[in-house]
Amino acid sequence: MVAISFYFQVHQPVRLKHYSVFDIGHNHDYFFHQKNKEVIEKVAKKCYLPTNRLMLDLINQFDGKFKISYSITGTAIEQFQHYAPEVLDSFKELAKTGCVEFLSETYYHSLSYLYSKKEFVEQVDLHKKMLWKHFRAKPTTFRNTELVFNNELGKFIEDLGYDAVLAEGADHILGWRSPNFVYRPRTCSRIKLLLKNYKLSDDIAFRFSNSSWADYPLSVEKYAQWINAINGNGTNLNLFMDYETFGEHQWSTTGIFNFMRHLPQELLKHPDNSFKTPSEVARENESVGEIDMHNFVSWADLERDLSAWLGNQMQQTAMRELYVLENEVKRTKDPVLISDWRKLTTSDHFYYMCTKWFSDGDVHKYFNPYDSPYDCFIAFMNALNDIKHRLDVRHRKIIREVA
Amino acid sequence: MEILMFGWEFPPFSSGGLGTACYGLTKSLSSKNVKVHFVVPKAPMDAKADFVDLIVASGLKLENFMLHKINSLLVPYIDSGAYNNRMEQYKRFARNSGNPEASVYGPNLYAEVHRYAEASNLIAREINFDIIHAHDWMTYPAALNAKRVSGKPLVIHVHATEFDRTGGHPNQYIYDIEREGMHLADNIIAVSNYTKNMIVRYYGIEPGKVTVVHNGVEFSDAHDVVVRKNPNEKIVLFLGRITLQKGPDYFVYAARKVLEKMKNVKFIVAGSGDMEPYMIEKAAEFGIADKMLFAGFLRGKDIERAYKMADLYVMPSVSEPFGITPLESIRNGTPVIISKTSGVSEVLQHALKVDFWDVDQLANKIIAVLQHDCLRHALIENSTQEIPKINWDVAADKCLDVYNRTIHMRIVV
Repeated sequence: MVAISFYFQVHQPVRLKHYSVFDIGHNHDYFFHQKNKEVIEKVAKKCYLPTNRLMLDLINQFDGKFKISYSITGTAIEQFQHYAPEVLDSFKELAKTGCVEFLSETYYHSLSYLYSKKEFVEQVDLHKKMLWKHFRAKPTTFRNTELVFNNELGKFIEDLGYDAVLAEGADHILGWRSPNFVYRPRTCSRIKLLLKNYKLSDDIAFRFSNSSWADYPLSVEKYAQWINAINGNGTNLNLFMDYETFGEHQWSTTGIFNFMRHLPQELLKHPDNSFKTPSEVARENESVGEIDMHNFVSWADLERDLSAWLGNQMQQTAMRELYVLENEVKRTKDPVLISDWRKLTTSDHFYYMCTKWFSDGDVHKYFNPYDSPYDCFIAFMNALNDIKHRLDVRHRKIIREVA
Repeated sequence: MEILMFGWEFPPFSSGGLGTACYGLTKSLSSKNVKVHFVVPKAPMDAKADFVDLIVASGLKLENFMLHKINSLLVPYIDSGAYNNRMEQYKRFARNSGNPEASVYGPNLYAEVHRYAEASNLIAREINFDIIHAHDWMTYPAALNAKRVSGKPLVIHVHATEFDRTGGHPNQYIYDIEREGMHLADNIIAVSNYTKNMIVRYYGIEPGKVTVVHNGVEFSDAHDVVVRKNPNEKIVLFLGRITLQKGPDYFVYAARKVLEKMKNVKFIVAGSGDMEPYMIEKAAEFGIADKMLFAGFLRGKDIERAYKMADLYVMPSVSEPFGITPLESIRNGTPVIISKTSGVSEVLQHALKVDFWDVDQLANKIIAVLQHDCLRHALIENSTQEIPKINWDVAADKCLDVYNRTIHMRIVV
């Protein structure tokens, strides 16, 4: 029996503009509204709307037998509301089918767990409230930003009451073991660990249109065969990927929509295959063993570590300086200031500051509003300095009032 | 293969990037067993050591290198006024050396360029070669002459166009020479895509005729330069000819903006040129004369010292076909901000880049580098690793490819 579990990541950061040192103290708008609008509108048209339509059709077609899950960030939802409300409506429609699970994460798609557990919990709560408000959903499965995970995080999530947590099925963690079973993180007693099968996930997400790949072009028959072969040596298959795979990373001309349209039918031909949501997989399968992830593991780049966000000193400095302000920002109880600060916690800003692939170009360029990682760092630090300035102005005002 | 190359003087007596480039390219070609007949102008009053010795000392493969000197007053980057000065200089020299005979040189720059071209006939007739390679406009008439005399193909190498040198107000006479050279040449090498676009746009050349060969950079061993820095003061450096092309005015404007936000910064201007008085006046007008220091034209160790003293080097050029100084700065451990309208920005990733006219952005980025050590370190660490990839060996291979294609093209025709 193989329970196939699709999880799609839906995320859009609120991108920063080229906020200048000369803007500090004069305007407090750090965000690149025009660019954000353009990206949302473009991706809505190429990916979100047609893919949501397709998923809805598939769910209706298979009458409850086709199920999927999403993790949608708060920053994505906010921007859908502003720039493409029809996208939000189509997700709501999907939610109503009962065949869609919504996963829990940080509202701002942040790495707050690494710097402030307090902020992390608050962002997770904000996200939960958002899921309830829009989708009437109560999540029981957690996935951290970019699948960043370790033992300690597993325990922390278990203590928050979740039943399942997702992570990358990295080779160096699994060794000889297969990602196609349910595990339990070391240090945890109850929570189930679902690991991404990165080979089969990346066949769709990355290799699908790569004509130099030996298995190009990928047909549903061939792909289904690979999955069928798991029967007998695995209980479940976790296919985790960015939702933008459909129509954006892989353009519709590559045949990706056609592939997805015919895949469920092909997979369901095998009597032992089924589609399940992550919480169903966790509920229906016992852990077969313990997984020990002492160090942080993510789903990014080849390294599968934190180096994409914290690999250089600029990233570390920016992150440290950001979280230094947390308490002071929150003490103001100013919702605008707090929300501005939180938008800066979004991991993408740090990803754009990554220098390790810059000489080779590409990978981190996707929807990157900056020409270089240095430009991103400069804009970020200027914005942060303006937040400091706003705090200073408040302090001076309070001191004057007291005096 | 044998090349007849019309070039300029070699370092250390060169006055800019052109001499350095000719030297780097020739050296790499000679190491690939390409024989180069190198033709240079040489005036009698220029009291230079015979530079063949210098070449030997710096590792050129001598059996592949033949130097041909043509008596001439031409030097790179010369204009009509400067030529007249050279002529006066020559006349004084001739009087002092007791030879006040009538000058053999042209009465003005243009006449001299043609005289030089005629003089090159002899060389073209005497020696054997497969292809002609000429660097920048003053050599084009000579190279075209050589092509006529020998029937051999010609490749011209564009390091700068008249549009770069004059900020878009070309001298018609020079433009015509450039245009004729480009049209009559069999192939063209441009030092950057930026320059290629100029050639296509302003000279009406088919893009397919122009191959981009980015310059390399080669450093002699670093001097033992030690600088003592005041830890409480930041230094921003401008180094280059102080002419319209280099955008020195944007440097002064940016300095004023930076000083609005930071006090402990000094701006050093190293170089000379016709816009120096303008810069001095502007600095005074802005009330930042005490923060802006003029170091004059620097050589050798002093250049290294300037780079090393600086926390940041800025090249705000309006038009820079390539631009080697940022690479020199990086090599001396100082990160750079460069103009997007430069060839070097095509090969250097780990630099901050600005539109030269965007003074606010320039000032914003200067302040960022001065305020955030981690940014400064990241820039210098990563750009240092890029430098070895920008070398003359790669450039020489690309030139060889152009030579082969050009010769082959001729045979086919």
